[in-house]
Amino acid sequence: MNNYVNDFVVRFANVNGTGSASANNMFAKSIFRMGIPVAPKNIFPSNIQGLPTWYEVRVSEKGYLGRREGIDVMVAVNPQSFARDVADVKPGGYLIYDSTKPLHQELRDDITFIGVPMTALCLQHYSVPRLQQLFKNIVYVGALSKLLDIEVKVFEDIFAEQFAGKEKLIAPNMQALNLGRDYIAENYSFPLKFRLERRDLVKDAILIDGNTACGIGAIFGGATVAAWYPITPSTSLMDAFDKYASKLRIDKETGQKNYAIVQMEDELASMGVVIGAGWNGARAFTATSGPGVSLMSEFIGLSYFAEVPAVLVDVQRGGPSTGMPTRTQQSDVISAAYASHGDTKHILLFPSTPKECFDMMALSFDLAEQLQTLVIVMTDLDLGMNDHMSPPFEWNEQNAYQRGKVLNAQQLDEALDWGRYKDVDGDGIPYRTLPGTHPSKGAYFTRGTSRDEYAKYTEEGAPYVRNMDRLLKKWETAKSHVPKPEIVRFEQDATEGLIYFGTTAWAAKECTDRMEIEGVLLNAMRIKAFPFNHEVEDYIHAHDIIYVVEQNRDAQLKALLVNELSIDPNKLISILNYDGFPITADKIGNLIHQLKPSAVTDTAFK
Amino acid sequence: MTYIKPAFRHPDLQPNAIGFHKKDYEGAISTLCAGCGHDSISSAIVQACFDLAIEPHKIAKISGIGCSSKTPTYYLGQSHGFNSVHGRMPSVATGAYLANRNLKYIGVSGDGDTASIGMGQFVHAIRRNLNVVYIVMNNGCYGLTKGQDSATADEGSISKKGQANPFEAIDLASLAMELGATFVGRSFSGDKTQLIPLIKAALSHPGFAFLDVISPCVTFNNNKGSTKSYDYTREHIEATGTVDFVPFEQEITVDYPEGSNKSIAMHDGSIIELSKLANGWDPQDRMASFMKIQEARMKGQILTGLLYIDPETKDLHQMLNTTDKSLNKLEANILSPSLKSLADINNEYR
Repeated sequence: MNNYVNDFVVRFANVNGTGSASANNMFAKSIFRMGIPVAPKNIFPSNIQGLPTWYEVRVSEKGYLGRREGIDVMVAVNPQSFARDVADVKPGGYLIYDSTKPLHQELRDDITFIGVPMTALCLQHYSVPRLQQLFKNIVYVGALSKLLDIEVKVFEDIFAEQFAGKEKLIAPNMQALNLGRDYIAENYSFPLKFRLERRDLVKDAILIDGNTACGIGAIFGGATVAAWYPITPSTSLMDAFDKYASKLRIDKETGQKNYAIVQMEDELASMGVVIGAGWNGARAFTATSGPGVSLMSEFIGLSYFAEVPAVLVDVQRGGPSTGMPTRTQQSDVISAAYASHGDTKHILLFPSTPKECFDMMALSFDLAEQLQTLVIVMTDLDLGMNDHMSPPFEWNEQNAYQRGKVLNAQQLDEALDWGRYKDVDGDGIPYRTLPGTHPSKGAYFTRGTSRDEYAKYTEEGAPYVRNMDRLLKKWETAKSHVPKPEIVRFEQDATEGLIYFGTTAWAAKECTDRMEIEGVLLNAMRIKAFPFNHEVEDYIHAHDIIYVVEQNRDAQLKALLVNELSIDPNKLISILNYDGFPITADKIGNLIHQLKPSAVTDTAFK
Repeated sequence: MTYIKPAFRHPDLQPNAIGFHKKDYEGAISTLCAGCGHDSISSAIVQACFDLAIEPHKIAKISGIGCSSKTPTYYLGQSHGFNSVHGRMPSVATGAYLANRNLKYIGVSGDGDTASIGMGQFVHAIRRNLNVVYIVMNNGCYGLTKGQDSATADEGSISKKGQANPFEAIDLASLAMELGATFVGRSFSGDKTQLIPLIKAALSHPGFAFLDVISPCVTFNNNKGSTKSYDYTREHIEATGTVDFVPFEQEITVDYPEGSNKSIAMHDGSIIELSKLANGWDPQDRMASFMKIQEARMKGQILTGLLYIDPETKDLHQMLNTTDKSLNKLEANILSPSLKSLADINNEYR
């Protein structure tokens, strides 16, 4: 007998632009407030009004926050997608629909149809057309809350917080919620076998999206200049930066802003601003997605070669070209790692939770200034735009910003033979100066052309090669600066292991847990940065077979591993997911099973 | 040709008001063609900065790519400079200016860099009233790639290869006016008496100051039939008046005849003195200036001088309401919010 308490998936099928998003978010939050781990995902079109949109909520007492295939409870309120939505419900599941107009026939007999006359109830109780539409969403949340056994008190609290200062909105919202609850109470038996029980599993966690986390991380990390161009799925990152900076970065005496944010004319200009500001000593960043990275590529090469600190967030989406703008992928790994013409490579950070988005965003400014180069924070649409349960943000006020090797006026007076591109310390990182520092010392000419150690233009081969080799030395130095991988599990006698990064983390953990139950030992390592630290190479050497799990078609991380490390490529097996949906544990397990059948994986993933 | 610049200067040369000598504003020796108009503009920049007594390290030079964009090495050697990416000087200058509003910025570009590849950034820098002096060294051709027509080449202008340009020219000064630039000037690299005060005025302007400087390319566009040659420019130039710039705290000693002069008080207390003004010319009347520029253009004249100015203007930092301090000087105690703020944020998401 399966236990469905706190372990199921609910999907809402809506029309976008009808106000369903906030009702659906509230549903997810109510479960979170009952102390139960929850993973909501928006599946939305590249459109503003009228097309189908879905919202999935996975409830998982075990804390598996990756996506799971199979819908247990469907709330189908979009006539356009109704047939498909009916088909998507797992046998034994439920479908809740608006019964204002009766169904001609129940299309399946292996699922239970629950009709709630949402439109009729709203027409009866509200006179304003807009409210009739909006409260329909609250009515279905109410019906669902009765069917799944969500506590009313939780909604009362959420409404009270949401409408603080606009208290008169609380009563009509509660009324709509109760319309749904009462209708179920009077017409159906409840709760369903899929139901919730309060737990204490959430603790101090927060439920937040990665874009907001990055925006807040940039504020704590000391970003003062932000330049951007609108593009899905990164836009909300800049919105969050602006929103919180406009509260937290205002000079109390003058009311002036201690930051500048400018919407530029395109992504090229955005990166130009970041490089101009970084050259001039400010912590600056931009955020974009794959198409923006393509446009920025020339500037990215300048940042690398002229050694200008810069921070870029790439919230990856489905490519190539315009691709699937509202779907998720990890398909910019190679184009980001080697962006721009000539010999270039760039530091990448791969967060997998909002907490890591916050931490890595702040860290990226330290790394960019310490290493005098571009740092790209690689998130994706799933992490950026969906709420994720995450440890809370932490900050150590004792930590000063690492501003890197910047000479002040006194140091310039004391410096004997300063040269902008001289490797004084043997780590490949030279000393830089900022405009306005000293009346007669430290000025130099920054250029994307070749130059000698004193920043003088040269087309000689020898100084060019010295410079390119020093950049490689700096790359080696970077390996000890970037975050080490997380060795998620390591059993000495396991001969096989997973490698993954970013949002694959939850599905991978669920997959390895399930395999462990079946007796399969599979180690796991999560890569957090490029260049790869030595630990990455050691981990690969310690196994006979490595499954590299990633969300793109061309096995981009694997290509990077093979290209950068001294490893045997034949022992890397790619596990790939690139349909635009977040990867699932089933997908990983099934692919491993297909590629390397064994009795044990057979039972774990049937 | 030697590439070593002599260090010797005449011992009687006087320093400026803050004790810097002219050589403190000079740069490396030019590697442009002998006779290039750009070198004259470089020396006008040197003279303007020396005269204004700006500390060299309080100026930053930013350029794109091309012959013009190489010039920042040839002046202000004690100032930081940034030779960036083709057509992208405006965005790099925007970033630099956002990072530190308390320096002066000279952006240098060419007609290819601005009117073609960089047109988008040029247009938007004007829109944002970025506080830079934006000089286009305009020779109507691509020099570094050997003489192709640029977008400012006049229709019918004959290239060195003997072909007439079939396309309409983009007039950057007209465009800047149309876009709402608050300081628009045009000059000729061969006219230092006009160019130097224009650069000084531009440096004192608290917003986007655009200077379109006709600067003949001696190697690829100085032939007969070219409308950007020295001869053609000299024959067709038409000044709107003479320009004199009087920095703040300097006594005005020049007397102009009644009726033909105009003084414009700059925001920093400096004064632009315009004399021998063309009939009815008022550089603070945008509509009238715009009309007169177009009329001159129809007649085949190159109108030079201070074409338009709005000395009271809000620049990018003022529009954004950013701090008067330099953003690049702020540290964690100002920039990282309190732990209480972070706790509040965490609670907001529970």
